[in-house]
Amino acid sequence: MAVGQALVETRALIKSFGPVRAVDGISFTVGRGEVVGFLGPNGAGKSTTMKMIAGFLEPTSGSAFVAGFDSQRDPISARNHLGYLPEGAPAYPDMTVADFLAFVAGMRGLSPAQGQRRLAELVESIDLADVWNRRIEALSKGYKRRVGIAQALVHDPDVLVLDEPTDGLDPNQKHEMRALIRTLAPTKAIIVSTHILEEVEAICTRAIVIARGKMLADGTPADLLAHAPHRDETMPQLVKTTPLEDAFRHITLDQAGV
Amino acid sequence: MRALVLIFRREFAAYFATPLAAVFLAVFVGVSTGMTFFVSNFFDRSQADLSSFFTWQPWLLLVLMPAVGMRLWAEERRLGTIELLMTLPVQPWKIVLSKWLAAFAFAGLALAFTMPLWITVNWLGSPDNGVILASYLGAWLMAGAFLAIASCISALTKNQVLAFIGAVIAGFIFVMAGFDLVLAAVRPWAPDVVVQVIASMSFIGHFQRITDGVFEASALVFFISLIGFALWLNVQILDARKAA
Ligand SMILES: Nc1ncnc2c1ncn2[C@@H]1O[C@H](COP(=O)(O)OP(=O)(O)O)[C@@H](O)[C@H]1O
Ligand SMILES: [Mg+2]
Repeated sequence: MAVGQALVETRALIKSFGPVRAVDGISFTVGRGEVVGFLGPNGAGKSTTMKMIAGFLEPTSGSAFVAGFDSQRDPISARNHLGYLPEGAPAYPDMTVADFLAFVAGMRGLSPAQGQRRLAELVESIDLADVWNRRIEALSKGYKRRVGIAQALVHDPDVLVLDEPTDGLDPNQKHEMRALIRTLAPTKAIIVSTHILEEVEAICTRAIVIARGKMLADGTPADLLAHAPHRDETMPQLVKTTPLEDAFRHITLDQAGV
Repeated sequence: MRALVLIFRREFAAYFATPLAAVFLAVFVGVSTGMTFFVSNFFDRSQADLSSFFTWQPWLLLVLMPAVGMRLWAEERRLGTIELLMTLPVQPWKIVLSKWLAAFAFAGLALAFTMPLWITVNWLGSPDNGVILASYLGAWLMAGAFLAIASCISALTKNQVLAFIGAVIAGFIFVMAGFDLVLAAVRPWAPDVVVQVIASMSFIGHFQRITDGVFEASALVFFISLIGFALWLNVQILDARKAA
């Protein structure tokens, strides 16, 4: 596996919410050109890990680095290299798409002229022209998600952290979003969380399986498949599952002691 | 500096994104004027000044400023936009300050809409316009203090209604602090210093000194320091919630 310079690194990240340990000792690195799929059931700790990388949450212990900068100790430098799509693609509903993205561009330090140029590119690549002057509250889920991606790309960051970028999109929109992520991949380090397995096969160079706050597997999608239990072909399958699903269930259920 | 301006502009515009701003301004001007004329008997006093207008301001601002400030952080949390805002490459204190400044400017606009009263008293007689100007500034600063408190409390919750109630209660304590009723309740058991500290926190006391024409620097210093402290606390609350 060709791994470039580590653009994201987490070291023994732990986050507790009261008695709940949402993230329990997660360490990994991601290099340029990698698209890492964060795979795990709901409540696994994917979003919490991403929030700590983005510096929105402070780890209970451990640290996260973006482009070599500590998300907590050197937050401004870390954030300058990071594009972050929070869960649910939040954006100000009362603003138009144009105003919102211009606001983010300004906050990211782009001059008005630079901002205009950059936004013109993004309108093209993310296909936002139809809703450019529409208020965000009036957008469909698909467009809202695209605005969220555009917002994360405004400053052309080295690192992208995307929390469930395809959640709630219809199959066509999912396909487009994956195509977009693939085109961005070669020049960036990307982390995408999902609980959809086919997504990992479709876009990721590497998958990290996480459940109950712990990393259970880290490897290429092919490595992951090696975990699939042998199918007993003589048994009729009541629910059709793919080999990747089998592997995922095998890894996550095993750990949970089910 | 650029970040301050951008956030200020966004926040200030957000007030006008819904008809709520117009409703709020109408209520503020309507109630202020109504209190002045009907409750305080502005005409019977047959005195050309605005003291009957300013008498009511602490009470009016106590209720209306939390309505302006409650959304400042609670709404960001509810929408999830706080995650965007707080992961932009900007120091949190700048965000806190510019959000408050936008609310403060909105309060200033509301006060500016009551200017016809000022014109009216000048038409009826010859008031001390210096005192009126000082009183307007005092009312604006007091509004700013209520807003800073509301902003602080708004950072504790994603529920705007709770933020409103909390801000009214906290503001009420500051308004009541100067009343003999409160001081009398404290005096028997607390040391003198404590009584004096409580009395010195009184919004009404400080504001009255301004409207009486004794434009004391201490009143200005009081409101400005309180605003500064509340905004500092606001930053600490955001920081603490990050680690929660
Ligand atoms: N702010 C919070 N307060 C308390 N518990 C939380 C908070 N955020 C997340 N959790 C808990 O942490 C665990 C992991 O959540 P999350 O990271 O959102 O999972 P995922 O994104 O993998 O679905 C869950 O059990 C969730 O209930
Ligand atoms: Mg999640």
